[in-house]
Parts: sequence; C-alpha cells; structure tokens
Amino acid sequence: MEAEKTKIISVMVENKPGVLHGVANLFRRRNFNIESITVGPSEQPDMSRMTITVNEDEKTIEQVIKQLAKLIDVLKVQELEPGHFVMRELALIKVSVPGSKERSDIINCVEVFRGRVIDVSTDSLTVEITGTPDKIDAFLNLMKTTGVIELARTGITALTRGAKSVRIDE
Amino acid sequence: MTKMSGAQALIESLEQQNVEVIFGILGGAILPVYDALCDNKKIRHILARHEQGAAHAAEGYARASGWVGVCMATSGPGATNLVTGIANAYMDSSPIVAITGQVPSVSVNSSYMIGRDAFQEADIIGITTPITKHNYQPRTIGEIKPMVSAAFYIASSGRPGPVLIDIPKNVQSDVVEVDTGITVKIEARGYSPAYDPDLEKISEAAKLLTKAEKPIILAGGGVITSNASDELMKMSDLLMVPVATTLMGKGAFPECHPLSVGSVGMHGNPAANKLMSEADVLLAVGTRFSDRATANLDTFCPNAKKIHIDIDNAEIGKNVEVDVPIVGDAKVSMKLLHAALVKKLGKTEGTVWKKRVKEAKEQLSPLLKEMPKDLVPKALLLELRKLLPESTVITTEVGQNQMWSALYFQALKPRTFISSGGLGTMGFGFPAAIGAKVACPDRQVVDIAGDGSFLMTEQELACSVAEKIPVTVIVLNNSVLGMVAQWQRMLYKRRYMAVHLGNTPDFVKLAEAYGAQGFRTESLAEFRKAVKTALKSEVTTVIDVPIGSEQDVVPFVPPGCGLPQQRGDY
Repeated sequence: MEAEKTKIISVMVENKPGVLHGVANLFRRRNFNIESITVGPSEQPDMSRMTITVNEDEKTIEQVIKQLAKLIDVLKVQELEPGHFVMRELALIKVSVPGSKERSDIINCVEVFRGRVIDVSTDSLTVEITGTPDKIDAFLNLMKTTGVIELARTGITALTRGAKSVRIDE
Repeated sequence: MTKMSGAQALIESLEQQNVEVIFGILGGAILPVYDALCDNKKIRHILARHEQGAAHAAEGYARASGWVGVCMATSGPGATNLVTGIANAYMDSSPIVAITGQVPSVSVNSSYMIGRDAFQEADIIGITTPITKHNYQPRTIGEIKPMVSAAFYIASSGRPGPVLIDIPKNVQSDVVEVDTGITVKIEARGYSPAYDPDLEKISEAAKLLTKAEKPIILAGGGVITSNASDELMKMSDLLMVPVATTLMGKGAFPECHPLSVGSVGMHGNPAANKLMSEADVLLAVGTRFSDRATANLDTFCPNAKKIHIDIDNAEIGKNVEVDVPIVGDAKVSMKLLHAALVKKLGKTEGTVWKKRVKEAKEQLSPLLKEMPKDLVPKALLLELRKLLPESTVITTEVGQNQMWSALYFQALKPRTFISSGGLGTMGFGFPAAIGAKVACPDRQVVDIAGDGSFLMTEQELACSVAEKIPVTVIVLNNSVLGMVAQWQRMLYKRRYMAVHLGNTPDFVKLAEAYGAQGFRTESLAEFRKAVKTALKSEVTTVIDVPIGSEQDVVPFVPPGCGLPQQRGDY
C-alpha cells in the first residue's frame, strides 16, 4: 500500500448494533473500495470511531464522504489532511523457527523494528509489530526467508496531529 | 404512565403522527399490532392483496398528498414482499414508513427467536439497509415511541425516503409502563437536513442567470416534494425562461404554459431535448440527473454553465459536474434566488431566446403535430386530457404506457402525475392509484397502464372493490411487453424473445370477476364514452384499449447517445 495515495477518513458513529453493517453496505452498494476499516470505542462512550482507508480518486472520495454523512448513524465524517495525521497499524505475525540461529536472527529483527515477541514455542515465534503499513510490509519482507505461518493485521487507525480533532462536543 | 403493550404504544405513536390509514396484510408475527388496531377508531386499515401492493399504495398516498404513507406486513415473506415497494420509494424519494413484524428477539416459552431461522424469519433490517433512508428494530417497548417519531421525521424531512421499523413479536406483546400523550423528542442527532442555502452561492447563481442569453430550467421531483411550484412559476416569469421537467418533475410546472417545453430524456419531448443542448445556463432544481433524463453525459447541456439546487449534498457532483452548487430546499432556495434576481433585473421582456423556444416547440413538440384520428396512444392520451378534470391524479405503470403518458399527457398541477421513475417498477401504477384515491377521495384517479404491467398487481382489484376505492384503469393493450419488444425491434433486429403475451386475459371479464366494471373500446368515440362512465362509477373501472402490437414510443434516444440524437419519425 502506498501511503501517499491512500486517503484516510475518520468517522464518528453511534455506538449501536448495525452501524458497521450500514457503513460496509454503503461501500458495497456505491461501488467504493475499502482498503481497511477499523472500529472501536472513542473518547465518548456512546460513540465509536471508524478509521476507513480508501484508495480512490478525489471525486470518488468526495462521494464517499457525502454518502457516509447521509447515514443517520454517522455523526461526523472527515478526510484526514495528508501529512497532518498520525497513523498506526498493528500486526501479529507467527513465523517458523527451524533452528537457534534463525531464532536469534528473528529476535534481532524484531528489536530493530521495535516489535515484541509475545509467544514462543519450540519451532515458532509470534511477533507484534506496530507502525505504518510500510514498516509492517518491510518486516514481513524480512521474514519471507524463514516463513510466515500466520499473519493478522488490524488495518490503519489514525488521528489528526496536534490539538485539531475530529470529535463531537456535546 | 400507563400500562400498555408494545403494540398499543405503536398504535398510539401512529395516532400522534396523525396517521389516518395503513395499507397492509397481517400474519403471525404482527398479530399483536393488529389486535391493538382492533380497539382503534381513528386509523383505517386497508387490506391489500399482496404486500407489494400495500407498499405502492402507501407511496401513491404519500405522493398525492405530501404526507407520510404507512404500510404494514408480517415477518419473513410479508416483509420481503414489501421490498420492491420500499426500493421504489427510495429511488423516487417518497416518504413512507413500513412496519414489519419480526420473530421474537428473546425466547419466550422456549420459542424460536431471531437468528435461529425461525418460521417466517427474514433479516429485513439487513435486506432493506441499502434501500431505506434508515431502519429500526426496537428491542424494548420503551424504544418504540422515540423510534416512531424519528422514523416519521426522517421519512418526511430533507430528501424524503422510506423508513422501516421491524418489531419483534415479544416487543409487541409485552406489557410495561409507558409514558402516554407526550410528544417524544426525536433522537436522531446524526441527522440535520439543511434547508437554507449558502447565500454566496445564491448570488453567484443570480450573476450567471442575469448574464444568460439562453437560460433553461430543469425541474425535478424535488420541486414537487418541497411544494415549490409557485416559486418555479415566478422564476420562469421573471426570467422568461423555458421550463423542462424530468419524469419525476412532471406536474411541477403546468405543461400547457407557453414556456413549458415538456419532459427531457430518453423518451423526452424533442423540443426540451433540443433546447437543453442549446442553452447557455442550466438551472437544475431538485433533480439527481438520472441517466434516463440526461442520456449520454458528454452531450448533456454541453454549452451551459450549470447551477444545481438540491437538498441532498451527495447529489451535487455525483453524476454531473456543476458550476454553482446550491445545497438547500428547492422552495427556500428559489425564493432567495428570485429575490436576488429581482434586484438585478427588474422585469424582462421577450428576447430572441423566447422566440427560439416558441419556434422549437412548433417545429419539434409532438403535441403540436397533427392529431391522429385512430385509437392510437397519442390520440387517446390527448383526448384523455380533455376528458379529465385538471385535478385528476394520474398514475402510470412502467414501459411504453409510461413514456407515452410522459410525452402526450399534459400534467397541469403538482402531485397529479405519479410514476415509478427511478426503479421503473411494473405494477406500480394500480396500487399507487388506490393509495392516491384514499388520499384524495374527492378527486378522480386514473392509472394509465399496459397489459403487461397491470397483470403484475391486478389482484388489487379485489382490494379496490372490497374497500370501495374506485379508480379508473386504462389498459393500453398491445398483447406484448411493449417497451422491451420495441427495443428488440429497434436494437435487436426484430429477434423477439419472451415478449408476446397473447390476448389473455380478457380484461373486461377479469374486471367483472372481481366485481369491478370493464369496457373494451375500439374507437375514440367508444373510449370517450367509457371514460365518462368510469368517472361517474362507484366501482373501479378497467378500460381495455387494444392498440396493436407494433406501436413504438418515438422519438427516442438510443442507449449511449446524447439528448439531441433522438431517433424515429413522430
């Protein structure tokens, strides 16, 4: 995923059942492509924050935002201004470990990437890496030689930089 | 606080919303609501014969009156049968509230509940998410009243649309203490339709229009929704500007007016299509630029600066790039625009453009061409206009009957031409006519139908007779599915496939079988007589008019072509 082409949309929604379905359904129906979507509680207990990553042109992004804004359970939609937000993705990666040399190589890599080993068995390691999608891609690339058994990525979550914010004040 | 069931709370809320009629069909999972209706004296229930009919009737009621139409069905197949009607209301931005029963949300006496594939269970919330403005499923009785208030508010405000409320059976039947008689606060904080436009945009639009030499107005369904016909007339008067409408906008401007150029589009009036392509400023109001209205976008108003007024921000720039976007209510925006223009203009007199409009109409409008003497659709529809009072509500089915009506039948007032524009639902017209008649019992309601379309919902004859809702159905009977036959004839080298219906049924006998009256007319004189009889009748009348199977709607813009590239002699 090329970070500069990717647009990130921050969406505040009602924390209610069915809201994620409504948003996902809209993307399918309107023929928009989602790269990733993350949802979780926000600073307001009755609202969730969705971070949606899309790879579309300007005109389509404008439609994405307008159509999202029309959903009754969507409270606020904003595209994060390029260069003015922080974003992170988390990946859990289970790699196979054939011998002790590979084990120490992997652990060295994990340290360089400021990751953590969170599970160990005789022939595998499970690693947690947090960062931009590029950083995770780079780490995965290094693990190719030993072999990735399982991979789970969360998709991007993001916030605006500084005191500016996408929030709703009651 | 009073003890009441969820069903009673629902009925009380509907009363608070001034609901006077529900079109519906009951079933197991909605029985508690019908039980509560038993004790209600204010709300009339009209038993449809298919849930699709109930939904279309609710829409016909809504579009004829401007109020919210209500339909009701049980869970599972009852709910899924509503789907076409809900989708139709969504595409045409009609305010309806659909209420469905659902299997219980919790297990009562070991009964099956939501998610266990219980008898007549369907995920109608999931199914209708893409075709409703919003939908609700209350899980407690306390939620019912706020949800009903919000549903009616959402359905009828901003850009209207259908809202569905799906109520699990246990929520209908449980009894708790409920607040009575209180107007419930609307809980939809994510929803605030913007009625007032940006004044800067209004002044930009005024500037463009002041300088325009060849302006044209395109009025869509939004003008009718916001009751802005007077403002439209004032605007046209002030600027001496011709008014074209979309199919949905038909009736927004009286089509007998010298500045009316009819409806645009694939089967639009050639005068309208031609003038659209000559115009230098387009003022589009309350239209979403459907493909049937614009045809190929590359040649849509190629020379015009475009002003677009719409209450739905998402419609701005969705299909057509515009120069001046105005997000707001059609009525409010046109009032403001008019005021801005009066300051700049004073009263304009006829210009070269006005002469051109007159000339284009004389040359191109099919209404000003020679009147045929035979019983062909054009003659019949021109004759029909003469026979019907101005206030008559017309509904249409979908296909040739609809396009002939759009072309030849002049709508003179808003809310008098009700057609399935966006979804193009065959079978819409007849139940919609029943709904319109319920909304306007003192006016005539006529469904202009085709034989193919009418057969899709003709069972509502039973409803119209039993409930004493007399309407007139004019069946333009060509024994084929005419519009697709026309396409096969024109675009598929006459390779007819699956379009011939044969001469069945006998529509006169069909009407009589239901207790309605039927006539077959073979000449204009007979047709005239049949319509006059129908207008006095206390039962529904079906007038069968055989028109031959090879009539085309011409001219038409073939798929992929632009508005000026209309084909066919007319």
